[in-house]
Order: sequence, then structure tokens, then C-alpha cells
Amino acid sequence: MSVEVAKHRELGLTDSEFELIVEKLGREPNDVELAMFSLLWSEHCAYKHSRKLLRRLPTEGERVVMGPGENAGAVDVGNGHAIAFKVESHNHPSAVEPFQGAATGVGGILRDVFAIGARPIAILDSLRFGELDSIRSRHLLDGAVRGIGHYGNSIGVPNVGGEIYFEAPYEHNCLVNAMCLGIAKQDDMVRAAAAGVGNAVVLMGASTGRDGIGGASVLASAELGEGDDAKRPTVQIGDPFEESKVLECCLELLEKGLLVSLQDLGAAGLTSSAGEMASAGGVGIDLDVAKVPLREADMEPFEIMVSESQERMLAVVEPAKVGEVVAVCEKWQTGSAEIGVVTDSGQIRILREGEVVGEMPVEALVDGCPLYDLEPAAPDEWIYGNRASLRSDATSEETLLALLASPSIASKRWAFEQYDSVVGSRTVRRPESADAAVLQIPEAGNAIAVSIDGNGRRVACDPHAGTIEAVLECAQNLACVGAEPLGLTNCLNFGNPEKPIPAWQLDQAVSGLAEACAQLGVPVVGGNVSLYNEGPEGPIYPTPVVGMVGELPDPAVTCGSAFAREGEAIGLLGPFEPGLAGSELAKLRGELDTGLPRSDITAVAGACATVREAVRAGKLSSAHDISDGGLACALAESAIGGELGCRVDLQPLRERGCSPEEALFGEGAGGFLLSGARESLEALGATLLGETGGSTIEVAAGDRSFTVGVGTAERAWLSLGERLSEADV
Amino acid sequence: MRWGVLQFPGSCDERDALAACARTGAEGRLVWHEERDLEGIDAVVVPGGFSYGDYLRAGAIARFSPAMEAVSEFAAAGGPVLGICNGFQVLCEAGLLPGALLLNESMRFTCRQLELIEENPDRFHSPEGHKPISFSTLSIPAKHGEGRFWAPEEVLDELEARGQVAYRYAPGQNPNGSARDIAGVRNEGGNVVGLMPHPEHAVDPLTGSTDGLRVFEAVAAAGVAA
Repeated sequence: MSVEVAKHRELGLTDSEFELIVEKLGREPNDVELAMFSLLWSEHCAYKHSRKLLRRLPTEGERVVMGPGENAGAVDVGNGHAIAFKVESHNHPSAVEPFQGAATGVGGILRDVFAIGARPIAILDSLRFGELDSIRSRHLLDGAVRGIGHYGNSIGVPNVGGEIYFEAPYEHNCLVNAMCLGIAKQDDMVRAAAAGVGNAVVLMGASTGRDGIGGASVLASAELGEGDDAKRPTVQIGDPFEESKVLECCLELLEKGLLVSLQDLGAAGLTSSAGEMASAGGVGIDLDVAKVPLREADMEPFEIMVSESQERMLAVVEPAKVGEVVAVCEKWQTGSAEIGVVTDSGQIRILREGEVVGEMPVEALVDGCPLYDLEPAAPDEWIYGNRASLRSDATSEETLLALLASPSIASKRWAFEQYDSVVGSRTVRRPESADAAVLQIPEAGNAIAVSIDGNGRRVACDPHAGTIEAVLECAQNLACVGAEPLGLTNCLNFGNPEKPIPAWQLDQAVSGLAEACAQLGVPVVGGNVSLYNEGPEGPIYPTPVVGMVGELPDPAVTCGSAFAREGEAIGLLGPFEPGLAGSELAKLRGELDTGLPRSDITAVAGACATVREAVRAGKLSSAHDISDGGLACALAESAIGGELGCRVDLQPLRERGCSPEEALFGEGAGGFLLSGARESLEALGATLLGETGGSTIEVAAGDRSFTVGVGTAERAWLSLGERLSEADV
Repeated sequence: MRWGVLQFPGSCDERDALAACARTGAEGRLVWHEERDLEGIDAVVVPGGFSYGDYLRAGAIARFSPAMEAVSEFAAAGGPVLGICNGFQVLCEAGLLPGALLLNESMRFTCRQLELIEENPDRFHSPEGHKPISFSTLSIPAKHGEGRFWAPEEVLDELEARGQVAYRYAPGQNPNGSARDIAGVRNEGGNVVGLMPHPEHAVDPLTGSTDGLRVFEAVAAAGVAA
């Protein structure tokens, strides 16, 4: 008995969870069953610390085609088509082995999207690393970027946007979140629920090996610490060529109407995909592990059931159509094996050559895990420390250049040039040319825009207000290209929820997310939770990553972020009340502390609508959301992008009560920096600040006035690539 | 005019290439890699992507496919063939074009819009409707990890002497360290052309440029003349 107890603990189950399993089975589980329970009852699969919180999120909306609970969410984009999308984390695998961790993160999110019958059309990624002066961070950054590029480039899905932040709390626990969008005919979409007693269960794609055993579910459901190198074998290995074949194969099978349902194999492999398909369909499934094509002949049943080998899909197929399914798989040179059958038993039965080696009620396995209430407690003070890197007496010019060169603000060209952003012929706005990526959708005669955001530092200052800001920033980015939000996906990256402070951060962030989505009227159609993101020095910044998808009627009528023409007016629009709290400047000065002003969501929504309509009416030459580094950095970015200077006076912001420094470098939601004809900006109610022209950025801000050359600003802003190529990555 | 666009497992840009062919006003269809018959096809595109995962070496496996056997015969008979990126690598592996494509000097995949100089000596025909275009500039994206054109110095000299350099990167824009800024070459007959940048991604003003259409038109014209 003592040996048995040690085993369930080793697999991450508590004693009371183990007792509950014994109670539900009416006996002690055998090794196969225990392995399966331990994975499906892990945080990663059961969401046992977050599911109750997630019920707060609004999920309904007129345009929602598929909501949470499916492989990916989807929204109606018109003309019988839907856009499917989802963001997911692959944090701990990437912290252990960044190239494969990030690559398989992309592979996994692609499968989620084509599992519902959508062809992937875009990838975005949201990455977090420790400060760039750390060798470890540069190594992780380099590996993750190479891995994302390797997988996405090879499979022919464009990477159209993303963000990278560098902050010390991510030093031991980087974040790699990948988002995928796909397009589907609504009639061809498929759900994951198994149905039809007697139907065949077919495993398609790659063969099953010992790689990744316990990968996502074990790695992802505990803190990182000493001995992580020993976990390297639990990291999955990706093969984008195999995925490319499986993708084309699955889409052909769905187009021909040969599948009843389809599910990808992700964390916990066959265990979770079979369990979730059976649970969603209210049926049972018998699987014979002897029929699973193996890489190593001597694999044990439990290993086959929990392997996280990549590039595999599970389908339910009517018996008469199995032959046709196999033929399509052969055409695409990928594997297929009939490994089981749908039953009415309500049980998951694992057989080996007909002999039962495990049998569990689906309900107990998939839905029986206890859900826990958090025990949140707010911290008394700023828990993440401070490290000053900029003198407090730096001039405005020095400050601006330091901010532009700060790795979190600097151009990420070094990274995104390693990704194919044009394959698929949809990319109307490429990275850096606008606040959101714009993709044309000829199938529906319109276009979509997509943005991904989440400034963990600001969320750390105030998880509720910071998360609202993340949602608002996405909405503002979409407004800048003329898009109206259709839906939202999110990945909640937090520390250990069993500890009071991360629990409080999670609780507050979910409330903020729910509040912002409800007030903006943007439904949450899917998401992912990644907890236990901690290193020896404590939790990461609480990091809700928000991905928002919007629609614009005409791909030819959109707007970039760069100044476009000499002599045009520059204006500020929106309820922008900049402050230094939680700002990039406060970080550089080592002055971070708790607290963040609350945004006026309704007022920001109003400003978004104004900007959106102005873009659609062709009234603006540029539109840029004021974000990291404040108005001065936004001005510099628009000037650098347009290779065109500007002359502005920030007196109107000073009249709103801002100090010169707050006006220049303060941050906060709700601000749009616009350029265009003077009368157009005036008609919108924008506050005029100055005009475009020349080759310098000239800013009057009382005793902090300055002038800096556009070229000088650009060199600072483009310095990330040089720093990385000089360093020993 | 009917184009055939080869499709290998692992191809990425074949649908974009087919759509680009349609924009030139021609028809086209995909040719599955196991097909041996190019009946009714007037010009062939070997598209970009990662055929067979680019395992072993980019293009090294695709060259042995039945469809490529057919393309070799088609090219030998003077049929126009355009190889783009991975397709260029396949044509070099198949010996239909000179030189080889090595790992980028940066050792990284690079995706960038850049300027190409089209070199169209008089003995090669230019597309209908255009004046003989020598040294005109095209804006076309390049995206690859193994695109550094290489050949022995004496071969490079011969290629230049015979007018076989079809495209060069504009000064300062060579993204991969290619010898003599060469972005694309043609065979001696002029009917087989390969280049690393992607003209099929420069056929729509909404996505950045329409200069790529001229690459398709030039190949079609060269083939018709041959």
C-alpha cells in the first residue's frame, strides 16, 4: 500500500484525489488507470483551480459559431464561412528545450484549428523572457523564435504578428503562447463529440513513441526548479512535414464528409482525446492498444495511452467509410489505424489484444476531478523587485532613446523576419506596418484583423485594471485598422494557484477580463490556462494574453501606423490619462510599485468606434494606439515607420493635468495617435497636437521639450537585432 | 495557355502559384507529384514550400518524383518551366539549372520584401506588351533559409557571359549572401527559370505589389518562343 501511495503522489495526485478515484471505481486503480487518471486530473487537463473562475466570462454572441469546450472557438465571418481561432501555451516545454517546445506549441495550436475543419491561415505568438542581458534568456529567445519559424514556415501558415516582452520575473519560466486562426465553411465544420455506437475509432498521423510521456501534463502542472534538465525527455519532438500531410489529409476527409468527429492528440495523448470525445458525446469507447502503430515495439499499455507523440489525430468513422478514410491517408502518405469502437457502456475500456487492461467510467475520468476554490490574498507590497537602468536625471532625448532601445519596445524585426508572413496570399498588413495584422478573406468578400496583447508588468501592478487594459489594447489595435471585434481568445499564464498571491492575481485578472469583455460586447470563444509558472525566485508576472479577432468590410480600406504625408495634422483622440505607474519608464528607473488607475471601458469603446468609422471612411492617414513608452514612443514609431518627422506641442495634455514627463512617457489605455487632414481630425473631435514634416521629432513639453532626428530614433529602435547578433546566442 | 503547378507533400505555395497563374489570364491546375502525364499543359511551375519536409537536403527527394521526370522531358522539349524557391532548389537538384542553393549566410530563415533587378538580354524574349526589359526593378518578397546561390567562379563567369543570370538582388539587398547577388538563373535555352524570391506573392496590389506577374509572363513568353 505504501508503494501505491508513493506512486499516485509521484504522478501529481493528492491523497484525497486518490481516495476519490478509489471510491468512484469501487476499487484501487491499476497502473494503466492510475496513469490515465493522473493526467486527466492534472491542472492542465482538468482546470481544477481555474474552471470555477472561468464561468464568469461572457461566451455568448450573435456571431459565435463555436464557443469554449471545442478544440477551438469560431465566429461567423459571413457568406457561410467562419474564422476559428485559439491561443495556447507551451511554456514549460519551451523553458526546458526552447526550439522543440516552441515548435510543438505551434504544431499543437494548428491541430486544434484544423480539428474543427478549418484551414489554418495565420499564426501569432506572444513570448516572454527574462532580461536580454541574461545568456539564458537570449538562448531561450533564439531557440523559441527558431522553433516557431521552423514549424510555421515549413507548414505554410503565415506568422502575421505577435509581441515579445523581456522582464526579470520570466527569467526561469519563459512564456511561449501561440495563436492560430483558420477559415472554414460552416457546413464542413466538425465537433469533437464521439457519436454512433458501433462506429470505428481511427488513429491517424504519426506513430506513437515514448517521447513526451507526461510532457505537457506533468511539466505544465508543476513549478519549474532544480533538475529540469532531467525532464528534457518529456518534451515532445515536432515534425512539421508530418503535420502538413495530416492537415491536408484531415481537410480532405472532412470535405468528403467521411468523418463523424475529429479531435487532436495534445496533452495526455490518447487518454485525453478519447476521454474527451466520449465525454462530449455521452458514449463509451473501447481502445485496443495492440492496434496502435508504435515506434518502439515493447511499449507498455500505459505508455501508449499517455504518450504525447506529435502529429496525431483521432477520428470517429462510420464502419462503411473506414476503407475510404484509409485510402485518403495513404494518398497523403500518413498513417491510419482502426484502434477502437464507440460503445454505449459509458466506460473507457483499454484492451490489449482483446484482454481488458483498464476500465473506467468516462464521467469519473473526464469530469470527476474535484474543482478547487482558490484562497486568494493580495500582497502587501510590490513583490517583484526593482532594478534601475536609467539615471533619474536623464534628459528627455536620452529617455526617449533608452525607451526605444528597451528590448520590450524596440522593433522585433529580428524575430519576425524569421517567419514567413506572406504565404497564403491573404496578408494585407504585415508585422509592424499597422497596429493589427489584416488578412483578406475573399471567401466572404471582406477582411479580418487580429491582435495579441498582454503586458504582464501592468497586470502585476493591478491584475484587475491591467487585464482590462490588455483587452482594451487589443480593441484599440483593431480600431486602428478599421476592424470591429468579433470574438476573443485568451491564455492565462500565472503562478502556482495553490499559493495566495498567484491565486489573487488569477482571480482579479479573470474578473477584469470578464468585465472588459462584457462591457465591450466581445464574447470569449475559447482559451487556455497555464498555471504553476514559477521559478526558484517566485511567480512570473501574472500574464493574461488576449487575442482578439475583428472584421472589416473592405481589405482595401484600412490604415497603417506610420505617418504618410508631409504637412498633415497630428491629433490625439480618446480618454487618455497617462501616468508613470507601471510604465516602461518606471521600470527603467526602478520605481515599480503596486497600483494602476482604472480605465473607463465605455469611453475607450466610444473612441474605438470613432477611429474605426474614420478609418473605414478613409479619413485617416495613420492610426496608432498609444501604448508602451507613452506618447513620445508612439510619435517616434509613427515617424520611423513613415521616415517622416513631426513637430508637436503637448500643452493640451498638460491642461488635462499631466506633468511634462507624464505627457511624454506616461502610459494608460484609451489613447489614439492619428494623422490626416486637419479638418478630418477636427471633425472627429481629436485634440490637435501638431503636424508631420521634416526629418526630426520635435516635441514641446515645457521644461522637458526635445528634438531628436528620425534616423537617431530609428537606430535606437532597431538595436535589438544588433544586440542579439553581437551576443553569444 | 494552361499552367500546371506541381504539388508535392510539403509544398506550401502551390495554391498561391495557381492563383497567380490565373491572374495572368491563363488557366491552370495542380499536378500531383505521382502524375507522370503533363498532357495539355503549356507551362509548368515548380512551387515553393518544403517538399518532403526538405529532409536530406532541400529539393533532393522531390527531384526523383514521377512528376519531375515528366518535367525534365517537358523542359528538354523546350517547354517553359518556372521554379520558385523550393522549386528552384528542385530544378538545381534535377540538373535542369546550374548552381546550388546553400544555407543563408545568416544561418537563419529570412522573410523580406526586396527589390529584384530583372536581367533580360535581347536574345531572350520579353513578355508580350512589354518593351524588351533590361534591368527593370521588381518588388517581390523573398522567404527562405537555404537560398544562397552558389556555383564555381568559372561557372558564374559563363552564366554571366551567356546571359543566364535572370534576376539579381538590387545593390545592398542580397538577403542570403548569394554569389554576385544572383537571385535567379535560366538555362541555356532560356525556357527554364528558377529564382528564390516569390513572384506568386507579388500579384495583388492589396498584398504589396503586382510585379510578380511579369515573372510569370516572361517565362510563358520564353517558352512560347522556344
